[in-house]
Amino acid sequence: MHGIIDVCLDVEPVSQPAWSVFRPSVGRPWFIGHVKVNSECRRATVPTVPQSTIAASETPERHDLPATTAAGGLGEVGLAGTRNPFAASPLERRKNAKEAIARVVLALFTFVLIAPVLAILVYLVVKAWPVLGLSFILENPANRMTAGGIWAPLVGTFFLVVISLAIAAPIGILGGVYLNEYAGNNWRTRVVALGVTNLAGVPSIVHGLFGVGAFVLFAGMGESVLAASCTLAVMSLPVIITSTREALNSVPMAFREACWNMGATRWQTIRTIVLPNSIGGILTGVIFEVTRAAGETAPILFTGAVFFKGGLKEHGLASFFPYSLNEGCMALSMHLYTLATQVVGVSEPIQYGTAVVLIGLTLAVNSVSIGLRGYLRSRKKW
Amino acid sequence: MDAANTSSAVYTVQATGLNLWYGDFQALRDVTIRVKPGIITALIGPSGCGKTTLLRCFNRINERYGNVTTTGEITILGKNIYDRDVSLSTLRKSIGMVFQRPNPLPISIYENILFGVRAHTPRRAFNRRQRDEMVEAALRNVQLWDEVKDRLRHRGTDLTLEQQQKLCIARLLPLKPQVILMDEPCSALDAEGTERIEELLDTLCRDYTILMVTHNMAQARRASHECIFMLLGRIIEHGSTLDVFLRPQQAETAMYVSGHYG
Repeated sequence: MHGIIDVCLDVEPVSQPAWSVFRPSVGRPWFIGHVKVNSECRRATVPTVPQSTIAASETPERHDLPATTAAGGLGEVGLAGTRNPFAASPLERRKNAKEAIARVVLALFTFVLIAPVLAILVYLVVKAWPVLGLSFILENPANRMTAGGIWAPLVGTFFLVVISLAIAAPIGILGGVYLNEYAGNNWRTRVVALGVTNLAGVPSIVHGLFGVGAFVLFAGMGESVLAASCTLAVMSLPVIITSTREALNSVPMAFREACWNMGATRWQTIRTIVLPNSIGGILTGVIFEVTRAAGETAPILFTGAVFFKGGLKEHGLASFFPYSLNEGCMALSMHLYTLATQVVGVSEPIQYGTAVVLIGLTLAVNSVSIGLRGYLRSRKKW
Repeated sequence: MDAANTSSAVYTVQATGLNLWYGDFQALRDVTIRVKPGIITALIGPSGCGKTTLLRCFNRINERYGNVTTTGEITILGKNIYDRDVSLSTLRKSIGMVFQRPNPLPISIYENILFGVRAHTPRRAFNRRQRDEMVEAALRNVQLWDEVKDRLRHRGTDLTLEQQQKLCIARLLPLKPQVILMDEPCSALDAEGTERIEELLDTLCRDYTILMVTHNMAQARRASHECIFMLLGRIIEHGSTLDVFLRPQQAETAMYVSGHYG
């Protein structure tokens, strides 16, 4: 076996192209190709390839091989390495070079991964700088949306997110608990799980059109906050169910066994042990869903988001409740789309400012979620 | 029925013609055993011989692990536990189980001890003083009280493995079980921990019937009064520990206890 591998490695630099480090599969055909090479062939190849000297020294057993092998010229060269028995062989130097390349390439790709995020953030903030400020957030759009702030869409988004989660979270969490803790591993459960997975893959515009059919028309809600929230809730459900199940699965089975063996029912087990230990993970999933719901435009486009809503109060308590549930509302994502494509003469900073608020909101909520998860993980000990 | 009642005075646990299948795989074949109260009975045998499966039949926890079919009878305290009118919750209250890997619940030591009681009694069934007494009595019984009395509010999962295993035994005691099933209770512990748990079992076995699965033949020899040797789902031999180890009746037992396989 040693002989065969050595032969492969000896010949490697001769014909292995430099780019092959990026192709993990490259070693395989090499190996297969040389399995057929017998020992005579090895002896024949070795002297012609200069690197063979070190290949011999890096397998110490070779020194002890009987004279027949040493006759191939390997033995005496190997002994030359006795000055430093641990010196790096050329093979190792090649290995280390590949290691260095791998490190650099992987780091490069990581940078490529985060560079767009940083670029977008910096670009947006720079472009939006002139309008950014408290008044931009607290004022309603004015003068055909070419002036003023984004208070009305911000509140609209808040309404949509809160109501949709108020609908989706209980259904998703309780359904997830049933699927994970009660339902047996049978075809019915698998069909439901498959349905949930597929629901997660449905494009958001399809959710939007479903919302038009189901909530706006069939349920008679009209284009309203309620219909849009219901649509967002349907969109959020699969993600909430999946993250709930993951959180529940992370509670070790041993805890459940311990409870059952003391005669606790499934519900007692869930209420006292499983839920308290997974609620952090469940909440994390729900909070992540907040940002997705806030950013979506397609599901609310036809179900409740409006282009502009006039006559909204700007000050006082009333400005916090500008919409009733049965009328349409403005929303940040929709507002951004409108400003960018539908309205003539909107100054650039206002457009970028809207984007900054939306993305800032997303990042802030996600950080809360990540922080919460980190805190809860640090508290766990099992 | 009369026979069962009279014999239950002598035997706490009796299995008669017990067969068990996981799907199509038969894990137990015609198992018939009688376990006496007040002693430790060890179940020994090579991996996969059905020791743990048999143990799990005695509190019917097997049924939580999916596609299991059981035939035959297990009589505990004169009642066939596979009868329809047996409440699993009450059954498991009187037949406690200790696991291979200590599994204290991720709540305080105090609440760990009370968990079983709380699961079986209405809220506020006991006042604070009664609860404190229950916790102290249980922890004293397993010789854990002095070590943990100042940190009863700490998490059970923060204890050492040996303490955790003692806690797992202690939390069964307030339920006043008749039988304690142990599935390799010492295999996660070091030699000292094992020794102390064995000592503890020796004191506990006067009040409870203890059935212990063990992989460790030296432990079976040290810590049990009777041994049941199993192979491929069958009971090969059941006798006093000394007899099983020194004067085995069956060739398989002799091979196993002398270390020829397993």
